[in-house]
Amino acid sequence: MLLKRNTVLPGFRLAGGFTVFYLSLIVLIPLGAMFVRASSLTWGSFWEIVTAPRVLASYKLSLGTAFAAASINAVFGFLVAWVLVRYPFPGKKLVDALVDLPFALPTAVAGISLTTLYAPKGWIGQFLEPLGLKVAFTPLGIVVALVFIGLPFVVRTVQPVLEEIEKESEEAAESLGATRWQTFRLVIFPCLVPSLLAGFAMAFARGLGEYGSVVFISGNMPMKTEITPLLIMTKLEQFDYPGATALGISMLAASFLMLLVINLLQWWSGKRLGRG
Amino acid sequence: MSVVIGKRESIRTRAVQCAFIAAALLFLFFFLGIPLVSVFYEALHEGLRAYGSALVTADARSAIFLTLLVAGIAVPLNLVFGIAAAWLIARFDFHGKSLLLTLIDLPFSVSPVISGLIYVLIFGMQGLLGPWLFDHDIQIIFAVPGLVLATIFVTFPFVARELIPVMQQIGSEEEEAALLLGASGLQTFLRVTLPNIKWGLLYGVILCNARAMGEFGAVSVVSGHIRGKTNTMPLHVEILYNEYNFAAAFAMASVLTLLALATLVAKSLVEWKFADARGGSVRYVATMEKKIS
Repeated sequence: MLLKRNTVLPGFRLAGGFTVFYLSLIVLIPLGAMFVRASSLTWGSFWEIVTAPRVLASYKLSLGTAFAAASINAVFGFLVAWVLVRYPFPGKKLVDALVDLPFALPTAVAGISLTTLYAPKGWIGQFLEPLGLKVAFTPLGIVVALVFIGLPFVVRTVQPVLEEIEKESEEAAESLGATRWQTFRLVIFPCLVPSLLAGFAMAFARGLGEYGSVVFISGNMPMKTEITPLLIMTKLEQFDYPGATALGISMLAASFLMLLVINLLQWWSGKRLGRG
Repeated sequence: MSVVIGKRESIRTRAVQCAFIAAALLFLFFFLGIPLVSVFYEALHEGLRAYGSALVTADARSAIFLTLLVAGIAVPLNLVFGIAAAWLIARFDFHGKSLLLTLIDLPFSVSPVISGLIYVLIFGMQGLLGPWLFDHDIQIIFAVPGLVLATIFVTFPFVARELIPVMQQIGSEEEEAALLLGASGLQTFLRVTLPNIKWGLLYGVILCNARAMGEFGAVSVVSGHIRGKTNTMPLHVEILYNEYNFAAAFAMASVLTLLALATLVAKSLVEWKFADARGGSVRYVATMEKKIS
């Protein structure tokens, strides 16, 4: 690292040295070790592990449920953000604070609570059972858990952008004769698209890796309701370290891809807002 | 005529508003409200005595103690790191800054299971350092050090991520003035920087602590689930639940839920306090940081 600008402030070496040291020790070296570990696998055996039928089924399930949950969150998270920013109602501050509950609540607690609620005899499950809807111990249950986990991501990315949208452009549209729906569709919504997509991508990324809340409600049946993180766990418990490493690498690659997408979306969102 | 249309339209607008509010609240009620209430119902419906006794068993007490211990080590370490990283990034210009920011963020985008896995691959029996550690009789995986490491990893970015935008927003003029007036670096930090960033710091610590105490996936991988030895509170919840001891599982879960609620209250208080102090909101820092940096 090279210092570009002279400053009177002290501590560059100390802060820099400690930051890099701690970052390497906790994050970079351990993550790197996983790649070192994986390098003992041949490309063929790596490929065999990450494309085994049971693994492919877990990818499909993880991707599908995370996508479904993120989509539900995109719709309802948007609605919640809209209502919180635009409309007055009693208890708003409380509701606003409660939106962060999934961030604060340990995932295991969310898991057992949702499982109990959606089990066939649970508070919610007993009403769904006669309709032929089984939620707990099916992929639908995984979606429910991921909706819970991902909700704050969409609300908290859309909300600040919605707050910052300039009232002038909206008023201009309305004074020029646009209906409310037209104003929303042509003026407000385009400003929100990048942040909505960023929130969706964050909820999706979180859903892919989520473990704690899902293991309780999913039932964990191989090929049916077994998510990829759980499969890693299973391989570890069977001391199949190469298998766990290979799967870990494939999940890490997915995370990096999502991180890149999220960064691009946020950059786009910032740019759109800066112009708008 | 136009007044009538205006009135009719405003009634319609109000109706649409109410429908939206109702739909949003109903969604939140089903996905947040009911799960929250059900934790306490399930914990208490076998009576207060059962509730109390579930929390004072030897295993429960050791789980509570272990959770406090792990958070007590992980949070201060990440606090020190957060201050150092924020000082570095918010006060100096150097090449590779955005790469450094991305790397600090990395643990947030890694699955909790992988956060545990990487330490098992290093320190576990078949790990890179496993044989050496075994020869020297040092146990990290399936022991407290592993729990601490995994917890540090998953809570790694919290404090740094809150502090960086706060320090960038405040700017370095006051610190430069103090230094030019003859204060030492340490004095400047303690008397100028620290009072300025205290709310942001507290905010980061609150979030970091909540995650540290509640983490499940990562610690689950490294813990080995040894009752009374390597079980934190969330892992104890899992064990009780899998033994069909639901009342006790929910009793422990309710303690964690109270912790989450306390976190939300503390967080909201700091947000309001911070908004007063800075004329802005710290709330969105977590999500908007990338825009600033």
